[in-house]
This record gives sequence, C-alpha cells and structure tokens, in this order.
Amino acid sequence: MGSYLIRRFFLMLLTLFGISVLIFTMLRIVPGNIADIVFDAAGMIDVAEKVKLEKELGLDKPIPLQYVQWVDGLAHGDLGYSYVSEKPALDEILPRIPITAKLAGLALLFSIVFGVPLGVISAVRQNSKLDYVLRVISLSGLSMPAFWLGLLILMAFVKYFGTIPIYTDAPGGFWAALGLYSIPAAAVGFRSSALVMRLTRSSMLEVLRQDYIRTARAKGASDQNVNYHHALRNAVLPVVTVIGIEAAFLMGGLIVTETVFNIPGVARFLVEAIRWRDYPIVQNLVMFIAVVAVSINFLVDLLYAVLDPRIKYS
Amino acid sequence: MGTKSAALATAILATLSLTTAQAAEPKHGGILHIYHRETPPSLSIHEEATFSVNVPAMGIFNNLIMYDQHKPQTSIANIVPELATSWAWDKSNTALTFKLRSDVKWHDGVPFTAKDVKCTFDLLQGKAQDKFRKNPRKDWYAFVSDVSVNGDTEATFHLKRPQPSLLAMLASGYTPIYPCHVPAAQMRTHPIGTGPFKFVEMKQNESIKLVKNPDYWKKGLPYLDGIEYTIIKNRATAVLAFVAGKVDMTFPTEMTAALVKDIKSQDKTAICEIKPINVSTNLIVNLESPPFNNPDLRKAMMLSLDRKAFIDIILQGQGDQGGSLLPPPEGVWGMPPDMLKTIAGYGDVKKDRDEARAIMTKLGYSPDKPLKIKVSTRNLATYRDPAAVLIDQLKSIYIDADLDPVESSQWFAKVARKDYQVGLNLTGNGIDDPDQAFYENYSCGSERNYTHYCNKELEKLFDQQSAETDLTKRKQLVWEIDKKIQEDGARPILFHARTGTCWKPYVKNMTIENNSAYNGYRFEDLWLDK
Repeated sequence: MGSYLIRRFFLMLLTLFGISVLIFTMLRIVPGNIADIVFDAAGMIDVAEKVKLEKELGLDKPIPLQYVQWVDGLAHGDLGYSYVSEKPALDEILPRIPITAKLAGLALLFSIVFGVPLGVISAVRQNSKLDYVLRVISLSGLSMPAFWLGLLILMAFVKYFGTIPIYTDAPGGFWAALGLYSIPAAAVGFRSSALVMRLTRSSMLEVLRQDYIRTARAKGASDQNVNYHHALRNAVLPVVTVIGIEAAFLMGGLIVTETVFNIPGVARFLVEAIRWRDYPIVQNLVMFIAVVAVSINFLVDLLYAVLDPRIKYS
Repeated sequence: MGTKSAALATAILATLSLTTAQAAEPKHGGILHIYHRETPPSLSIHEEATFSVNVPAMGIFNNLIMYDQHKPQTSIANIVPELATSWAWDKSNTALTFKLRSDVKWHDGVPFTAKDVKCTFDLLQGKAQDKFRKNPRKDWYAFVSDVSVNGDTEATFHLKRPQPSLLAMLASGYTPIYPCHVPAAQMRTHPIGTGPFKFVEMKQNESIKLVKNPDYWKKGLPYLDGIEYTIIKNRATAVLAFVAGKVDMTFPTEMTAALVKDIKSQDKTAICEIKPINVSTNLIVNLESPPFNNPDLRKAMMLSLDRKAFIDIILQGQGDQGGSLLPPPEGVWGMPPDMLKTIAGYGDVKKDRDEARAIMTKLGYSPDKPLKIKVSTRNLATYRDPAAVLIDQLKSIYIDADLDPVESSQWFAKVARKDYQVGLNLTGNGIDDPDQAFYENYSCGSERNYTHYCNKELEKLFDQQSAETDLTKRKQLVWEIDKKIQEDGARPILFHARTGTCWKPYVKNMTIENNSAYNGYRFEDLWLDK
C-alpha cells in the first residue's frame, strides 16, 4: 500500500506537469493576447503602444522562458499579477474558491442524497409505475439544459415570491446564505442526481442478478438487508467513480449556473480570464482545478479499497 | 353649501399641491443599485473607449465643463461650467482660457489646481513623463499645441488654429480632469477624482462600489449615499433582477425594444425610455482588394441596401436612417431627410436594386455567375445579426456572400491588416460632433479609419468646417461633407440604433441623453424617493 501511494503521488505530479505544459502551450496557441484585447476594447490598434504593453507584461520573452518563470513562481508561491485588475493573481483567485466550493459541495450532496436512494428504489422496483416515473424524472434531469432550468427557477421566484435568488456578498445570516446557495445547487444537482440515479439503477440491476444475491435470499436475508447490505455495497463502486468525476467537474464546470445565478465563482472567472487572455489567472486557476481533480481521483481510488476489501493495491 | 364645497375643494387642492411640492423636494440618502453589463477593462476613462467605463466612473470625476446633465440633447449650446467657473476665447479664437474654482479638493485631500489641468492634457498628448497604457482619444487634441497655467486658478488651451469643437470634446464624459499626483497606472485600479462619489472597490465579475464624497465642492450634493453596480453578464438575469427590485435601474441604453416591452409587461410602474445612442452599424469595404477597388461595384452594393428592413428586422423598428452623423431631430449635425434621400441607396429600394443589378450585369455577374465573397464581422450577436441580413440583401444583386465570424479579440487586428473583403462594424461616437466623427473615422491615416478611405480634397473641407465659428455655415459644410462620404461609399451607414433604459419610479432626476451614450452619468443630483 505504501509503495502504491508513493507511485500514485509521483504519477499525480507527472499528470500536473503534463497539464501545466498543455495549458501553457494552448493559451499561447489561441490567437490574440491581452494586448490585442486591450486595444480591441479601445477600437484601435497602436502598434508601438501594443509592443510596449507586451514588453511591460513580459510577453515578448521566449515562450519556454515564460514557462520556466511561471513554474518557478508557482514553486515559490508567487502566482504573478492579473493583467486585467493588476492585482496579485492569488488575491483574485482565493476569494472565489470558497464560493464555488460551497456551490459544488451542496450540488454534490443533492446528487448523492437523491440520486443513490432513488436509483436503488428504481432498480428494486424495476418496471413498476414508480420505476417509470423515476426514469422519466432522471431522463428530464439529463436532457434539461442547465441555463434553461436556472432561468425557469429565477422566473418562478420573481413571479411567485417577488424576489430573485441571485448572489450577494452580504446575504444576511447562515440560513439566507444557505438559501442562496441551495437554489443554484439544486439546479446543478438535478442533473447530477439524474446521472447518479441512472448509474445506481443499472449497477444495482446487474448486481441483483448475481448468484450471491440469490444465495443471500435463499438463506432468508430480508429484502432490506439484501438490497442495501449485499447489493448496494457492490453496486456502488462505479457510482463512486462517477461522483468523483462529478465533484471534479463541479469545481470548474459551473459556468452556466454561475452566469445565470450571477455567482462570482471560479468557472465564470476562468471563462472571463480566457476571454481577456489573462494568462496568470487562467494558468493558475486551471492548475488549481487540475490539482482538485487529480486529488479527488486519488481519493476515489483509495475509497475503492475501503468499499471493497477484495481490492488490493500493490 | 356651494361656498363650503368650494372651500373644501380649495383646501384639498392646497394640501395636494403641498404634498406634491414636498414629494418633489430632493431627499438625501440611500444607495442607488444599478446592474452593470460587464466588468469594465479598468476605471481610467482616458484609457478606455467603452461606456462600460464611463457609466460607473463619471461620478468619480469632474470636467472643466460638461454637458448639462438634464438636457437630453448634448450640444455646445448646452454646456455648463464645472471645475471651470467661466471660459473665454481670445480674438483669434486660438486661445481658450478657463478660470478655475479654488475650493476643490481631490478625494485624497490634495487641492485641485490649474497644474492638474495641464497634467491631464500633457498625458493625453503624450508629453508627460508618465504614460497611459493606451490613449484612444489623443487625436481629439491634435489641434491643441499646449496648455499653459497662470497661477492655480487659470489654464489656457493654445490651439494651432480655431476649433470651436474643442468645447464639445472638453464637455464629454470622456474628458475628466486627472490629478497630477496620482500615477496613470493607479487611475486604472483605484481612481482619485474630485467628483461627487469616491471609489471604494471594484471586484471582477461582482460589483463596483462608490460612496458619497462628503467634501464635494457642490454644496448639498450628491443626494445619494452611494452607488453600487452589480455586474450581471446574463441579460435575462439582469432583467429579472430589475423586475424583482434587486436593482433600481438597468444598465443605461442596454435594453432592446423587445426587452423594454418585456420589462413593462412585468413591472408596469417601470419608467423606460428608448433613445438613439449615436452608435451606427456600418459596412466596411476593403477598397484595395479587387474587385472592390472598382467604384461601380461599390455603388451597386450601396444600391442593394434596404435600410428599413435592417431596422425592422434587427431593431423592431427602433432605429434611424442617416449618414455618418446622427440624424435629426435628436442629432445636432445629421443631414436633413430630404438631403439624405438624394443619396444613392437611400431612395426607392426596388428602383435602386434594378440599377444595381444593371451595374452587376455590366461587370459580368448574373444569377448563374454570382460574385462570391465573405462578409467578416465580430462573432457577437449585435454584429452577426445585421451581417446575416446584409448577406441576404446582397443576394438580390448577384453577390453570394458567406458569413466569416471573427473571434472578437482578432477583429481590429484583422481589419488593420486589411485581411477582409467586406465587413460589418459598429461605430460609437463619443460626442455628437463633426470633428470627432470626421477626423476619427474618415481622415487619411487615422487608426479608426478602417477602410483607409482617403480624400485629400474632402479633408480640406474637414478643416474648413472645423475652424468655422458660424454655426449655420458650419452645418451646411458638415452636410456637404457627410453627403460626399456617403456617396463615396467610404463606410456606408446601415442604421443608427435606438436602445432602452429603465428605472424604478422612485429614482428621481434621471435624464437619458438623446444623442450620446457616453456623457450623462455624473449622477450627482439623482435621489431616491423612498
């Protein structure tokens, strides 16, 4: 187990290195840089001033040197300055992480709390009316675009409650804050829970057909014991994988929800930074999301061993 | 009985009028909440060219002079003093002297003096040691040779030749006075002004906060305790936020006619105004790229245009046909309709298109052998939508065009290197003034003259009108120039858009300008009746 952990740690480092090279290169391949955007906003191009700005921001240096400087800065905790706000990149990125983390956490909770039990019920009551209803709901969750659902929720709030649950930095207490995050989290969690539910259902159906389930029933085990103790524990492995992927996705992929509910989170900030070619923000933010994704992946691998003792790491 | 009734009625009327008078009395206090359409690139007005900056930043600053904030039409006739108490031209009309206030302090407590005026214009003209990152309006002051000071309360602009429009430029929301003692770089992130509101903070994608300047030199102003701009990029969310009362006002001139209708249907108390914003949608043709170097082909293209269809399809009828200057009655300098109709492409569409087809046939094109071109434009809806209508209209004269959507950041770079055949562009005029429009967009060598149209003879007329002090004579010259520009197809104007702004009825003293989207956001005497 120890050597496995060390190997996985080095693999994580290698993955992060690969991502850093990839994101750095891709950003430079995309046409235009901050100077182009800055002058585009002014409706003119002054070549001399543009060259001066590129020099001021170090964009005239060779790309490999720019990469080395960035990685060196990262190693020393210096993420550079945002080209747009001219503030330290760390100061721009840090306050947004808890916002997205809260939203993603609640959305994930929503998807687990609803997705797993409903998936089990749907599988256990296969082809019943309840199963059909749950399948229709899960299909709607998967096929409903997030922006459409988000807007519907906002419109319903305005129409029936005369208010709108969009982000504010001073929500007025814990419960108000929970309310503000819960509504967009539910909009995101609806899709995630539909995914988790469908996967739980199919995985459960497969496990419920196994010989050891029949043996358990023959031994007189109760339905509840069979379903939740014997079947779910074995069916949950692929579900855990998907939840892990979802968790990583939610940290950086909530652009639509953050836009519709006007939440100043990581994803919206990242998209805006890409639009401005704000390299220090994009590079560091993508690296942060990559670290989260790789770490979650690692944790999921470890969780496999906890859930299924037959899995041995060597 | 009759006498009693009359007395009662008089008493009621007197009470009502007293109540009305009390309601009309401005109230101090409250935060005005406005949604902002995007995070502005910075808050340094001099370095930017979008009213995304002017709207939140104008309240931080003062100008020497400014357009009367409650007269909808911005014009030289409507200029009022601000940091200057008075101004006067010398006999030769080449020196403009401003007497300045002596009771003004910057937000950090440093006194304002004439040196700050000189510093601002030295920066704008690139003469100062400190430099702007970019300087999009330096051409506005091309005829200013120097700014001199006489003590702390007098500044004189020395001109190379008479230019009455200098006043119009100095009154613009684009011309605040900057402090000498604050570096240009700081003005982008933490601006210091003399205006009614102090800058508090700007958080990207979140908000911009301004707070009342308690030491504002205009005693008793501002009425508001502050202004908060919540950045809401999604327009549907922004509209819902306004209807739900989360914001008191929409971002100025940001609502389409359809959205205004939607708002009015959901909030019947909302006050909405749809007005021209002095932004034209126009055609740019690469004059050096064959076959567009042929004036006949360009004439045929102009004749193919159905401007009314553009306005009806894109703007639900909320637009105007005109030349390069905003048409009357809102526009001060635009050609009168009778004159406009005499220009090719502004008359009978059917007749014009017949003529255009005859030209195209003569040039060897036909329905079976159309001219294949690309229409390039920015990949944004406000650009793409009219480009699609244009492509449809060009089909009527045997031009088979494909849309070439260009990533926004690459648009001006592409246009500057002339890597296009036909393009569709939007041009915003900071002020309703011929000097700004002509020199910026049509003079030889100007960075914003995207088609590189260059007519030396016409340029002499630019100078002539610019130096003309007689308003009537100048207007005649301006019309003549604009007509020629349109006839030459320098940058055929498709339409001038009108857009909407909405606010809640308790927001008082709001005036939306008729002929500009860049100059009316000082907000010092707005108040909230709640």
